[in-house]
Amino acid sequence: MDPLKVTISPHIKSGRTTPNIMWTVIFALLPAGAAGVFIFGLNALYVIIVSVASALAAEAAIQALRQRAITVMDGSAVITGLLLAYNVPPGVPLWLPAVGAFFAIAIGKQAFGGLGHNVFNPALIGRAFLMVSWPIYMTTWQNPRWNVDAVSSASPLGLFKQGEFGLIKSFSSWDLLAGARPGCIGEVCIIALLLGAAFLLIKRYITWHAPFVYISTVGVLSWAMNGQGGLFKGDALFFILNGGLILGAFFMATDYVTTPLSRKGKMIFGLGCGILTFLIRRFSGYPEGVSYSILIMNAATPIIDHYTKPRWFGLKEGTPT
Amino acid sequence: MLIKTFYGGVHPPGYKNTSSKPIRPARIPKRVVIPLSQHTGAPCEPAVAVGDIVKKGTLIGKAAAFISSPVHSSISGRVAKIAQMPHPVLGRSLAAVIENDGTIKEEDAPPGAFKDEDIKALPKEALLETIKNSGIVGLGGAAFPTHVKLSPPKGKKIDSVILNGAECEPYLTCDERLMIEKSEEMIKGLRVISRILGADKAYIAIEDNKPNAIAAMKDAVRRTPYTVRVISLPTKYPQGAEKSLIKSALNRIVPAGGLPMDVGCVVQNAGTAYAVYEAVYLGRPLIERPITISGDCVSEPVNLSVRIGTLASDLLSDIGPFIASPGRVIFGGPMMGIAQYTMDVPVIKGTSGILFLAKDDVAQYKEGVCIRCAKCLEVCPALLAPTTLANLVKKSRWAEAKELGITQCVECGACAYECPAKIPLVDYIKFGKASIPKR
Repeated sequence: MDPLKVTISPHIKSGRTTPNIMWTVIFALLPAGAAGVFIFGLNALYVIIVSVASALAAEAAIQALRQRAITVMDGSAVITGLLLAYNVPPGVPLWLPAVGAFFAIAIGKQAFGGLGHNVFNPALIGRAFLMVSWPIYMTTWQNPRWNVDAVSSASPLGLFKQGEFGLIKSFSSWDLLAGARPGCIGEVCIIALLLGAAFLLIKRYITWHAPFVYISTVGVLSWAMNGQGGLFKGDALFFILNGGLILGAFFMATDYVTTPLSRKGKMIFGLGCGILTFLIRRFSGYPEGVSYSILIMNAATPIIDHYTKPRWFGLKEGTPT
Repeated sequence: MLIKTFYGGVHPPGYKNTSSKPIRPARIPKRVVIPLSQHTGAPCEPAVAVGDIVKKGTLIGKAAAFISSPVHSSISGRVAKIAQMPHPVLGRSLAAVIENDGTIKEEDAPPGAFKDEDIKALPKEALLETIKNSGIVGLGGAAFPTHVKLSPPKGKKIDSVILNGAECEPYLTCDERLMIEKSEEMIKGLRVISRILGADKAYIAIEDNKPNAIAAMKDAVRRTPYTVRVISLPTKYPQGAEKSLIKSALNRIVPAGGLPMDVGCVVQNAGTAYAVYEAVYLGRPLIERPITISGDCVSEPVNLSVRIGTLASDLLSDIGPFIASPGRVIFGGPMMGIAQYTMDVPVIKGTSGILFLAKDDVAQYKEGVCIRCAKCLEVCPALLAPTTLANLVKKSRWAEAKELGITQCVECGACAYECPAKIPLVDYIKFGKASIPKR
């Protein structure tokens, strides 16, 4: 008989693995990407493909340089590539997502030590890099492809910033839900995003805490202080459905690595994101603030973790000996 | 009624394929290896010498301290040697080896049983003494001497006794079968425990994946004059962990660092109650216990009543041929059991099962990188942050680990079971617990 193997308990483990989680998130992201391609046309698809390919290449190349195991098949680089593509306008030249995804992986992730060690969401690092480097490309919007002749080529949030309240009215709530508006590839189709998010929530890959608090905070603050003609006149739904809030709240404010561990921490994270998003949208020169809000809160994650350590079972009720 | 439950928990597959297999006696081995340390506490001192003839039930190890428990011979035979032998929990320990070449008649040592009517009149000290002398320890795994648990310090009022029939470990069904087959005896044992503690409320808590056991116990309660509540608990691991069970069954929270008696409870394993019955009513010391033998290598998984000290290798003739060559032999359940390096290791009082698991099933996952998914926090019944603790242990930051409650870990393994990066979290935490400088 062969010698017995001595393993450590537990001797059975659940089937959930890191790659399994990553590929499930990718699956949940697909509807939003498909909708983006449908709305903006094939260039959106090319942007997605180039972005993912660049992310994978960067991951493999840097892991090879660092003489580490090549783990591109774990899906995490695919997520970064997808999220970056979802966060750029559909009409950008294809070298732009290539550079952005490379930067996201190289600086946003591998420079920190790779999977599990990055402080900031890599895709958002990539997006921030593109925003400051090529702001024109990053803010040149496209109308849905059945509407190319229309005048508007600003995003609804941009129009709001410019005070073009009349033009905003041309977007019905249905347009905003379905994604018939200028915007980034993966952020526009709210229905598709919610579909993927619901799947992740039901399958318990993410929890409701950060997204729910994030979205409600933006909704409440916008309603209270971002309307025309006084307090409590804001259109909460407009601010929830526009910009990258839904994409950010469900797919980036829930990123495991860069957000707090505890449920309480996740709620604080969501609250902070919500307040920052509102402040940026309301008071800064930018019409949109989701990505910067999440990045700033990423930096606050360690301190949130520190102050939201779980209170162990029985601590409140008695005196530990 | 609102379903109460404990915090956290996981749902591993049950593998309870022996639920309908009655407990049958295993073949009496020609040789038993009886460790002198089968319990939490001080090891026993040998009470016999090499060459002595012992009967079934003869005392072979004297309890050397209050927190200790005597051991008895489980067969009739001759003491062949007293030496360091393999031990399923400790690796090796001093053990008495009893052999019977067939020339010595199987004979019981004189029992000292009480009759039913005696018990009501007996002082509780006499009952406690019987339990102590019979070598009864907790049969759920930790093997804490039962008489110690039944002697709370003065001033601790115990109002409730919970019989733990959760049996939340996958594969194991020996408690379930015992509850079905020996329901009334178990209730009598529970009654003895309640009397000793002066507790007026008695509960039997069973996971709802054992409907037959629940029905059998409810039925038995109706046949006895005692008031016992049978509680059905949702199936969730680790339902049977003491503090989790108290939360689920009574919605009481044992203070961190405290004991069940701090909230007026004592929890006893279902099998222990039966052993108490045997000791008090039949005068039998603890020399035999039911165990489940299962695992994906076993063609005919069984529940066997096994003499303490029987080697795993001697039990192979009681089960069918292996389907596959076992790669791992686990004493206990798959979540908390201990992998053995040899099959020549004896069944001891705390052994609830032996699992033979195939090699391809060997979960030799390479430890991955923590992606901070927080699953370990969600499933921890002690409400700890296992990944944070593991990281602190890796860096030998003991003070912080202690501050974050590392000593509160019950080592149930829920976190490591769920971890997608397959980080051996429990192992890090166990190592940390052992490494924390003692003041």
